[in-house]
Amino acid sequence: MIMQIPEPSLVLLIGPSGSGKSTFARKHFKPTEILSSDFCRGLVSDDETDQTVTKDAFEVLRFIAAKRLAAGKLTVVDATNVQADARKPLLALAREYHYLTVAIVFDMPTKLCQERNEARPDRDFKSYVIRQQRQQLRRSLRGLKREGFRNFIYVMSTSEAVESACVERQPLWTNRRDEQGPFDIIGDIHGCFDELVELLKELGYGISTQPSGEIVVEPPQGRKAVFVGDFVDRGPKVPEVLRLVMGMQKTGAAICVPGNHDVKLVRALRGKNVKQTHGLAESLSQLEKTPTEFKTQIAEFLDGLVSHYVLDDGKLVVAHAGMKAELQGRASGRVREFAMYGETTGETDEFGLPIRVNWADEYRGAAMVVYGHTPVAEPQWVNQTINIDTGCVFGGKLTALRYPEKELVSVPAHQTYYEPTKPLLDEVNELPSVKTQAYDDVLDINDVMGKRVISTRLHHNITIREENTITALETMSRFAVNPKWLIYLPPTMSPTETTNSPGLLEHPAEGFTYYRRQGISNVIWEEKHMGSRAVVVVCRDPETAKRRFGVIGDTLGICYTRTGRRFFEDAAIETELLRQVKEAIDNADYWKIFDTDWICLDCELMPWSVKAQELLRQQYAPVGTSARIALGEAVVSLEIAAERDIDVSHVLDDYRQRTEAVAEYVKAYQQYCWQVQSVADLKLAPFHLLATEGAVYFDKDHQWHMQMLTKLCQSSENDLLFATSCGVVDVTDDASQAEAIRLWEELTAQGGEGTVIKPLDFVVHGKRGLIQPAVKCRGREYLRIIYGPEYTLPQNLERLRSRGLSRKRALALREFALGVEALERFVRREPLSRVHECVFGILALESESVDPRL
Amino acid sequence: MLLTISTTYPPATDLGYLLHKHPSRIQSFKLAFGQAHVYYPEAHAERCTAALLLDVDSVGLTRRPHGQFSENFALAQYVSDRPYVASSFLSVAIARVFSSALSGKCKEHPDLAETAIPLRAKLSILPCRGGEELLRRLFEPLGYIVEAERHALDAQFSDWGESRYFTVTLENTCRLSELLTHLYILMPVLDDEKHYWVDDAEIEKLSRRGNDWLAAHPEQESIVRRYLKHQQGLTRKALAQLREEDVQQTDEPIQQEAEAQVEERMGLNDVRLAAVTEVLKQCGAKRVLDLGCGEGKLLRRLLAEDQFEEIVGMDVSHRALKIARERLRHDRLPEKQKKRLRLFQGSLGYRDKRLVGYDAAVVVEVIEHLDLPRLSAFERVLFESACPRTVLLTTPNIEYNVKFENLQAGRFRHKDHRFEWTRDEFQSWATSISNRFGYTVMFHSIGPEHEDVGSPTQMAVFVREGREGKIT
Repeated sequence: MIMQIPEPSLVLLIGPSGSGKSTFARKHFKPTEILSSDFCRGLVSDDETDQTVTKDAFEVLRFIAAKRLAAGKLTVVDATNVQADARKPLLALAREYHYLTVAIVFDMPTKLCQERNEARPDRDFKSYVIRQQRQQLRRSLRGLKREGFRNFIYVMSTSEAVESACVERQPLWTNRRDEQGPFDIIGDIHGCFDELVELLKELGYGISTQPSGEIVVEPPQGRKAVFVGDFVDRGPKVPEVLRLVMGMQKTGAAICVPGNHDVKLVRALRGKNVKQTHGLAESLSQLEKTPTEFKTQIAEFLDGLVSHYVLDDGKLVVAHAGMKAELQGRASGRVREFAMYGETTGETDEFGLPIRVNWADEYRGAAMVVYGHTPVAEPQWVNQTINIDTGCVFGGKLTALRYPEKELVSVPAHQTYYEPTKPLLDEVNELPSVKTQAYDDVLDINDVMGKRVISTRLHHNITIREENTITALETMSRFAVNPKWLIYLPPTMSPTETTNSPGLLEHPAEGFTYYRRQGISNVIWEEKHMGSRAVVVVCRDPETAKRRFGVIGDTLGICYTRTGRRFFEDAAIETELLRQVKEAIDNADYWKIFDTDWICLDCELMPWSVKAQELLRQQYAPVGTSARIALGEAVVSLEIAAERDIDVSHVLDDYRQRTEAVAEYVKAYQQYCWQVQSVADLKLAPFHLLATEGAVYFDKDHQWHMQMLTKLCQSSENDLLFATSCGVVDVTDDASQAEAIRLWEELTAQGGEGTVIKPLDFVVHGKRGLIQPAVKCRGREYLRIIYGPEYTLPQNLERLRSRGLSRKRALALREFALGVEALERFVRREPLSRVHECVFGILALESESVDPRL
Repeated sequence: MLLTISTTYPPATDLGYLLHKHPSRIQSFKLAFGQAHVYYPEAHAERCTAALLLDVDSVGLTRRPHGQFSENFALAQYVSDRPYVASSFLSVAIARVFSSALSGKCKEHPDLAETAIPLRAKLSILPCRGGEELLRRLFEPLGYIVEAERHALDAQFSDWGESRYFTVTLENTCRLSELLTHLYILMPVLDDEKHYWVDDAEIEKLSRRGNDWLAAHPEQESIVRRYLKHQQGLTRKALAQLREEDVQQTDEPIQQEAEAQVEERMGLNDVRLAAVTEVLKQCGAKRVLDLGCGEGKLLRRLLAEDQFEEIVGMDVSHRALKIARERLRHDRLPEKQKKRLRLFQGSLGYRDKRLVGYDAAVVVEVIEHLDLPRLSAFERVLFESACPRTVLLTTPNIEYNVKFENLQAGRFRHKDHRFEWTRDEFQSWATSISNRFGYTVMFHSIGPEHEDVGSPTQMAVFVREGREGKIT
């Protein structure tokens, strides 16, 4: 016997003890696919034969089965299953997870079973037990179909039959993962034949009419059309559309899923009593003139359509009205109903149309879902889903989505063929961009809370600990800017290894050595400005902010800090800053060059005192003042004592040194402060051109970034934008390094913070994975602000040299990978929740405890 | 940090005996947190000055075993004023270096130790939280002539204003031990900080060193409170000891949240919570959400009402929830009460399934803490996703702000308020919400109503329009 078993499905082995179930299961299924009741007895009691734990054992079994079904795995239940009551919970489970069920029945002679049991040392059944089980089995046989096993019931009554049985696994009809496209997915047609032909031509399909009148469609190289259904009703040329689509499916040029109108038409064609509303009458009257044979073909075609398809390795799902993640690739009445109608509340609105549940709103599945069914003015990406029914028959347009390109191609309707029941198009037209973001507007707490594992392209899976998300939730909710703006957060940066050069903690040579050891020869140094990190997103116009970011209001963009807070409390300053950056972009012609209407820049904003005012007043200035006065008074007092010939010289020397150190400290922080009254007092130094529409620039090296940004700075009409000095260093060449070191010394001697050393390439993987994208090398005087005024005193410096960088570096890599991931997801137009989880992750990692002086 | 002590009591050099330190040498002492030097910048019969110079080793202080960092690990520890100012470190140094003088003992001249002599102490830098006023209020009742010079934060940036540091001289005719004791206690009080953990031992110190003068000091209460790092339990106990009272075991009074400071004169918070509770009772709600429950004041009121069968408190601040849990003694509640109350962290910016299916939600003084652009997410989270039958929402009425004497014109009532609305603004917002999400709305005033400016708090009560039957 050949047993066809759908994959996935829930398989129940049914038969008395000793009927050969376990042996059969071992032969035909993977050990992990088999859930045996005996094994579960063992799990809970250490004894596989202990009948007293049956209840607990089955609870365990069902629990595991539920997990496997949720994961979409084929699962075989190896238990006697002879009573309907025993099968019932398993069948319920299958229904819950929209699984097909298979019954494999071992209707073996009682005697054989008894003999086998007697041969097993651990089985001690009274003979009546087997007899009873067999009776129960026989009573069950007739009802199996009705119980829900439908077409998958296999009964074996001899050992030979069991011996010769062979299991054939069949993928479900919905599973067409091997089809990898590329595809052109086409929205609801509703008999709009002319527009369909135009659209196909636009998409590059060759269309020719044979002498027989048959239309032949030739797809462009390797492509395939996918129709989301609703071919019929309402429109003018229903038979033509059906003929074309059926032909395409036959030649393999198209894949079709059915729409609710198509299904209704079949029922009408089959003579069922169907109300001829919603355009069905038009279809029927057009079909009236066609030959009966054609009508039979239509019915067969439409009847044969599968509810939905999972394509391209599970990356794409096409269904008429969409498909929830947990229903994708499953089979049940509910799945089919969902595919046809979507999810409704069961209520109707004032136009008599069903109120729909926004399944897309809550969609968090990995697959992209393309669907139609509800006409919209513009296709809208919502959480990886898109509705491409643009209401052609209502006078809108016919739209196709090119996959994987994600390009939309449309042709306008020649006329309004059918008046819509409700003025949907108008309503949508009114506020198209707001509508676009409406579903994406609200994030779900489950997108961010608890322990998180985020998969990134650069650095595998990154785990965020629960205690960190607790902190981040508060910061994000109370202080961060609108999450829609928050498409990136900068990573933390580790310093160079600690140097042994006298008087210093950090030195460029250590940075060069680090990268040389990683096998990198060319690095770039860039001046590290002492300001505050700022991420700037600038749009070409407020319309872009609305359309692309979903931010409503008359705004050109945003400027936020490294923790996602708005940089300026004063909105006027931000507006003017953004205006000036936009002006520079205008002048540099970057909108055109990068074919974009928004740009995201990574910058340093000076002076430090703008953002650090509180810190300066609460901490830096008080330390300076108190130290200066306290040490000054001590020196005076010691000098007076010295005049009395008391030997205070060692203390006095020490205090004089400390006084000098403190004076240097005050000078150090003062350099980074100046009064800010307007934008004219600010300096913005961009150093990464992070992203524009459709592109991130992590594949460009830092020289490119510097060139692009220098040009941008030069295009500015004001003094706001500030080019960063930099230089390329060959870390295998002594002279080249010496020159860079000389420049660093010069820069820091003049009060500069220091430099950042980066590999020339933005992203570099070494033998052991991702390499630090940058290390900072801070100057001696600057570090007084970090390590305290007197850190340079020999007794202090020695102790400070032992510092561990590994935590900081691990954190830097994880944050870097998450930042890149966030931007890449945003640029790929992934849902807000997917971008937000990365940014939230960075914020959460920032609450990891790491030495803040690094 | 330098402390100098001078006297003109002849022969002034006897100060050396009192301090038990020889005037012609410098002596150094090792301390747990650094070292102290004692020397005499001047020493003759007419006038003698002893100097205590304290070195606090800032690097040593903050070093921990490798890889261990505390919870509140911040840069502040490293760039710190502690090595330079008079603080509890100096108190400890006085106790160590001048221990006999502090306790009023002097082997060579016991009578001198018992004599009130003219003394002058100078502290090079003394941080005073509370300013010169407090400095005077602390020392002048003890007979000191106080001279104080306040220092600017940064000479180059005059707009940054004054620092909290003073160079202070104190003159008095008293016993040396008195002077040292006063400094020992009052320096950390002015600094309002201590470098070590404060517990019962600290009360003992306070009563030992302060017994004879603290009981009559007009600032007794603030001295004790600050000395015990504002720990209420300890403070009560210490004050009771000083006043020789019995310690009353009272309920921990709920600390006024900073928010309420402006409003507290009229007890507005209580009025508001009472009003909210009343409306909530009237609407017949049994299962209720307190969104933004903070430290749990409203929850406590709701728990007292049997009508509420299930009470959920949500707040974005994990810390606030922890306090709420402690204040409500959540884990000590009887099982039945405990089951009625659930507390969890959540944010009104995120849709949350846990909030679905309640009779009512109260959102008391919360929305003004949200940035205006993020209000739209809040609206959908509450009215579309959670959609309780009733929503009670309160927020300040900005028109009323002119009535607060202690509020500067043009300021919001709290630093964290992102906006405050007029009655018109609030009502038009609430009305648009109710239209959009299918609610009806009514407005209430909370607090004393004023003819022109209305009441201090405004409340909207939203009720979902009758679709109950259909919503599951």
